[in-house]
Parts: sequence; structure tokens; C-alpha cells
Amino acid sequence: MALSGIGGRLYRGETSVDFIGQRRRFYAFSLLLIIISAAALGIQGLKLGIEFKGGAAFTVTSPNATIDGADQALQNAGITSEAIVQKIGTDKVRVQTGALSNVQSDTLKANLAKAYNVQSGNIDTLAIGPSWGKEITKKALYGLIGFIIVVMLYLAMAMEPKMAIAAIIAVVHDVFITVGIYALVGFDVTPATVIGFLTILGYSLYDTVVVFDKVRENTRSITSTAKQTYSQAANLAVNQTLVRSFNTSLIALLPVASILFVGAGLLGAGTLKDLSLALFIGLATGTYSSIFVATPILATLREREPAMVALRKRVAVRNGGTPEKFASEVIPGVVTSTHSKEDRVRGPRNQPKRKHTKKH
Amino acid sequence: MSANISKATQKQSRPARTIAILALVLIGFSIFAGLASATKVKLGLDLRGGTSVTLTPRGTAGGKVTSAAIDQAVSIIRQRVNSLGVAESEVSAQGSGTNRQIVISVPGDTGDRIVNLVGQTAELRFRQVLASGAGNAKSTSTGAAKSAASFPAGVTAALDSQFAALDCTNAKNRQGGNVDVPTSALVTCSRDGGTKYILAPAEVLGSQVSKAAAVLDQQGGSGWMVSLTFNGDGTKAFGAMTTRITGLAAPANQAAIVLDGLVVSSPRIIEAINSGSAQITGNFTQTDATDLSNVLKYGALPLAFDRGEVQQVSPTLGSDQLRAGLLAGGIGLGLVLLYSLLYYRGLGLVSVGSLAVAGGITYLSFLLLGKYIGFTLTLAGIAGAIVSIGITADSFIVYFERLRDEVREGRSLKTAVETGWQRARHTVLVADFVSLIASILLYFFAVGGVRGFAFTLGLTTFVDLFVVFFFTKPLVTLLARTSFYSRGGNLSGFSAKSLGVVTGKDVA
Repeated sequence: MALSGIGGRLYRGETSVDFIGQRRRFYAFSLLLIIISAAALGIQGLKLGIEFKGGAAFTVTSPNATIDGADQALQNAGITSEAIVQKIGTDKVRVQTGALSNVQSDTLKANLAKAYNVQSGNIDTLAIGPSWGKEITKKALYGLIGFIIVVMLYLAMAMEPKMAIAAIIAVVHDVFITVGIYALVGFDVTPATVIGFLTILGYSLYDTVVVFDKVRENTRSITSTAKQTYSQAANLAVNQTLVRSFNTSLIALLPVASILFVGAGLLGAGTLKDLSLALFIGLATGTYSSIFVATPILATLREREPAMVALRKRVAVRNGGTPEKFASEVIPGVVTSTHSKEDRVRGPRNQPKRKHTKKH
Repeated sequence: MSANISKATQKQSRPARTIAILALVLIGFSIFAGLASATKVKLGLDLRGGTSVTLTPRGTAGGKVTSAAIDQAVSIIRQRVNSLGVAESEVSAQGSGTNRQIVISVPGDTGDRIVNLVGQTAELRFRQVLASGAGNAKSTSTGAAKSAASFPAGVTAALDSQFAALDCTNAKNRQGGNVDVPTSALVTCSRDGGTKYILAPAEVLGSQVSKAAAVLDQQGGSGWMVSLTFNGDGTKAFGAMTTRITGLAAPANQAAIVLDGLVVSSPRIIEAINSGSAQITGNFTQTDATDLSNVLKYGALPLAFDRGEVQQVSPTLGSDQLRAGLLAGGIGLGLVLLYSLLYYRGLGLVSVGSLAVAGGITYLSFLLLGKYIGFTLTLAGIAGAIVSIGITADSFIVYFERLRDEVREGRSLKTAVETGWQRARHTVLVADFVSLIASILLYFFAVGGVRGFAFTLGLTTFVDLFVVFFFTKPLVTLLARTSFYSRGGNLSGFSAKSLGVVTGKDVA
């Protein structure tokens, strides 16, 4: 297999993509996406499903499913605003309306049953009260905020505090871009979509954790050996886990794609489609961010530490160049921004990391 | 050398033993599930058809939303739902304190009946009729009388103008609800909108009813009706009311039976009734009469409720969704297995085996949790399980790639299995723990479908951890001892070529 052969070369550093060195490009690209997302969100906003804004949807299954019948039923019930009638497949008609009173809802349903000659119990109904959506939105927001706080604390404990920061920045990046895509394309946002978003958070972090674990391993003893700078060690880690990231993402994407395919193809609108679409988009951005955003941010954060600046000098000297020269050749941007700050910050938190971390 | 071998064999017995214990435990649980007759996964309403209603409490003039009131409402609604006799109906409160919703789910196609049954406050009052007229807005008030002086007893000018303005032909005015304050007069419509009334303050309340039953009126020919039996207080109050009004001129000799602010019927009282019983008539079908009697029997809800969410799924759609969910799962699983086998060759077989074990454990958990904590599998739950196929397979990949890295560094496969595992274990633990946090938070911050998803996701993450530790790792240890894997053949997943190792000698 060609790909696994590449895996070996990536592992030994023979083939290497300079993710960290090129980070400004990736930051710029992400920033562009975020600006587009913000613009889409600001201008178009999200298209909320009836679950959030209140409303009702009725689906009638009948061999003579026509749009006219539903239009007539709506008219007879005196419901004109916000009504959408869709035909799904060959034998289904879906009527969606704004929030209805109990009486209106019952009348419309009875009319539909009469129009299509079906039993009222066989009409699939979803009716959402206007205040219900606010409740759901509030809960989803609480969930999101709670998740970010808890995960950040956990990652800070299980890995390194700066890794937690970088991982959360990557997650926020993913959510933002996914929401932006929803606003841009105008996909319906339903509770299933929100579940999808929240699952992505977990998944995007899974991916990031895999990469960071390797970064941590590679950088454990860099200050004592002085062979590599933090950025170089981190870059090697990203390259070494590249095949793994690709495989884990692809494998996670396969089931999601099958839900999307079956959900959209067989059932039309509904839980499965909404959920898998959000997951699909989110997984893609999640994979991107753990490679191109999370690790570069981590490197940026860590390279500011005095110990890492000192390490950079030692590595440069070892390689036979002056620190400044080496730095400007290999890692542009980093040194120029941190070199001057070198002597300014030297609190206990910025002391070199423990060399001998507990071995797992 | 011989000491080495014996030491190695000692160590060797452990992975095999782990797998054997796992197999025994699984078989044990399967037998247990069989004996406990937990043989079917309980399906949610969206997969088998049914109605679910979420009610949000709303404070009224009659009562504030308190935790106790919600508890009481839940128990009353539960009795009403049980009166339908549909198996596996559920009534529960979700959330905390006064911020709770009541979730009712009833399988099958009871449809609108259940929606009306559970949401109805069912506040019953008996009030004397002061005036009545045709339901339309044009019909003015108190008969022909126009001057304030000639209003019937108890009717004020304010009530009269309210009465004149009321248009009962408009459905909006017939929603009933919280307009009914027992101690004051009431202007309202009949249920069908044909008549409007001015009613005196209530004299007998629903809480004074001790029994209610649906009966067929054999002689009178008024069809199905609800017969009521009052308790001691009720008997006295109703006796006093009927004694007082029986001699009055129409319409003051009528007793209106008011349910949730609307008049169900307003019979003329011909003689004083001291027997402590009464009938409600009103063109009821048998179902209507039965439901009404049940609602009255179990008492009024202490609160008014808004329908937050009503979802009715027909059995046809339910089975469609189930099929689609299973199909998506099948395709997803197939693709994952195919990719594992193509990419990891021999190691892919480990994935296949591990996923099969994970699938088995998940299915068993569904069975047992369904039996013992009432877990039901919903469409969102199926989606959670499918998504977890990928996440579970990911933890194998993390391990496999670590293993291959170790082999690339020149370790023998036997050593690599252990060193690789130590490093992969940390990654898998941290990553799965994050998944677990996500699902726990999702579970507690969400209602309805989202909960099902979160639960399955959390459950399968546990299963993943379990399988990786007690099946995948021991299995790889065992396989590393076979010559097929340790020689690094083309199909083993450890060939020099697929690892990108330059010289073959590294692979021992």
C-alpha cells in the first residue's frame, strides 16, 4: 500500500510537511473561513427548524398524495402564514406551518385526514409550542459552555495546560466554521443538528488528543538533548501521526456518510439527515483543525516560554549557526516575535517543563 | 534459554485467560438475559409508532408552579394514561425543580385522544345559570332587557357587556383554560359554541366528586353520559343548590356543568337532588364519555399546561425509520470493516473481531438496560451507535499505528505489542474520556431525542474501553506469537513494505 509506505517515511522524518513553519498560511486560511462564517451568520443568520421557533409539521402518507389537497386543507383551516407544503417521494405530503393553537392544529389535522382519506392517527405529527424552542436553545447553549469548561479542565490535568488552550481554540474554530457553513448554505438547524455539533466537539478533541499525545512524547526530553526545537519536535509529531489522523478521520466518516446517504435518500428530512450532515461537515473541519490549527497554536504558545527560546539558541549553536540566523531561516516569525520578550517573563510557570514526566 | 521460555509461557497464559474470562462473562450475561426474558430491544416511539407529548407547566390564577404541584400533576396524568390500558405507556418529569417538563409517551396509534386526555386540566364546577343566549356576538345579553335595572339577579353591567361582546362561534374563544375562578361569576361559551352564558359563582367543585363512570342511558335515549357520585360535602352542596334553584324561572333554574371554563351541559333542575349523584350529558361517544369519566375520577390537574412538543409517529413511519437506521448501520459497519481489512490486512481481522465483540456487548446492554432501567432505543440512539462504530474503530487504529511505529523503530513484534500498548493506552483513555464527558453533559442538558443519542454514545464509549482492554489488546498479544504475524508476511499488516521499513531485518 502506497499510503502505509509513506507512513514509514513520515515516521522517520524523511518525508515531512512543514505544518508549523507554514502556520501563518493556515492561520490566514482559517481566519478567512471565520470571517466568511461570521459574515454569513450576520447577514443570513441560521435557518432554524420548527423545533426552535415553534410550529407544526404533518406528514400524510397516501397513494393520492397531492399538494393541492394539503393547500385546500390549510385554507379550510384558515391557516395562511408560514405554511410550506412539500411532496416527499411518491406517496407522502409534508405540511409545515408556524406555531398553531391547539384548536387550529386539531382542525388542520382533521381536514388533512379528510382530504387524503386517511385516519387521523396515521398522520405523522410534530407540533412545537413557541416557548419550547427557547427552552431547547437555552439548554443547548448551557451544554456547550459546560462542555468547553469541563473538557478544558480535564485536558489541562491529563495533558498540559497549553495543550488544553490550543485544543479548545481548535474546537471553537470548528464549531464556528460549521455554524458558518450552515448559515451560508441555509441548511435547517434542528435539535438533531445541535446534537451533531456537540458530538463534533468530542470528536474534534479526540483527533487533537491523538496528535498532542505524540507531541508530548516527542518533546518530553528535548531540553536535555537539544537536538530539536519545540516547533521541530511538534512538527515531527504531526507528521508521524498524519497517517493515523487520516485513518481515524476516514473511519469515523464512513459510518456518518452511510447515515447521511440512507437518511437523506430513504427518509428525506429528519433526525438522521440533520445529525449526519452536521457530523459530516464537523468531522472534516475537525480533522483539518487538529493538524493545521491546534498543533501550530500549541507551538506558538510553547515557543514563547524562556526555556524554549533558550533551547532554540542551543539547537542553533549545535547546528553551527548563530541563533538569529538559524531562526530567521527555519522558523520565520517565531523568534522575531518572542526573542525580544525573552528576559521579560520568567515566572515559575515559565520554567522548563519537567524532563522526566511519568512514563505511561 | 529454557528458563526464558518457561517465563514467557507463564506470561503467555494471561491474554488467553483474559479472553476466556471475557467470553465466559458474555455467555453468562447472554444466558441471564435469556432467563430474564430480555430478548427484545425496547424500541422508542419513533421506531414503532406512538405519541409523545411534552407538557410545560404554566402558573394560573388558581395555582403557582411548585415542585409539589408538578409531582401531583405527574401522578394524576399517569392515572389518566393508565386508564387507557395501553401497555408500556410512560409518564415522567424531566428536568429539575419547578423547571420540569412532563413527558408522556404512549405507543400505538391512540393519536389525538391521548393529547387531549393528558393536557386537559379537568377543573369541574357546577354553577347556576344567570343568563344565556345564542352563541354569536350579535346576540345581546339578558334577554330583551336593556336597562341596568332589569338585569337578572346577580348580573352586573360589566358582566352584561362582556357577555354581549363574546362571540362563541369563533374557535379562539372556546379554548377554555384558566378563566374559571370559582368564587366569581363567569361569562363563557358552551363547548360547541352554540350558546353563551353568564354563570353564578361555583357551588360544587370537581374535588367534591368521589366517583365518575361512563354509562349508557338506556331509557332517556341521551346516549353515553358520565355519571357522578359526590362525597359528603358535595352531596350537601349540590342538594342545597338544586333545592334553591328548582323553583326559579328559566334560565335561572338551570345548573351549568363547567369543565375547564366551558359549559358541557346545563340541565334544567326539576326537583331538588339530595341523593348525591348527577349525570353529565352532551352528545358523547363512548370514548368521549369514558375519557371524561376517567379525567374526572382522577381529579383536576393542579396546574395548567402548555403543549411543548407533540410528536405522533405512525407505525408505518416507525418501521421505515427502523429499517433506515439498521440499513445505515449495516452499510457503515461494512465500509469500516472493508477499509480496515484493506489497509491493515491481518490486523484488520482484529478490528473485525473487536467490533463484533463490541457489537455483541452493546446489544446485550440494550437488552438488559431495556429490561431493568427501561432503556428504549430511538432513532437518535441508533445514530449514536452508528457514529460510535467509527469512534470504536479509531481506538484500534490508534493502537495499530503505535504498534507499527514501534516495529519501525526496530522492536520485535512481541516487544512492540507491549511498548506500543503502553503509549496507545494513554491516548485511548484520554480520548474516550473526552467522549464520555461530551455524552454525560449532553445527557443532562437535553431532553427527548438528544438524551437517547447521548446515552448510546456514552454506553458505546464504555464498551469501547472495555473491548480495547479486555479483547483487542490480549488478542494482539496472542496473535503476535503466531508465526503468521511475527514473520511480517505480506498479509499480516506488518510487512516491511507496508511499514515503509527499508531493510527487512528490522522486522523480527
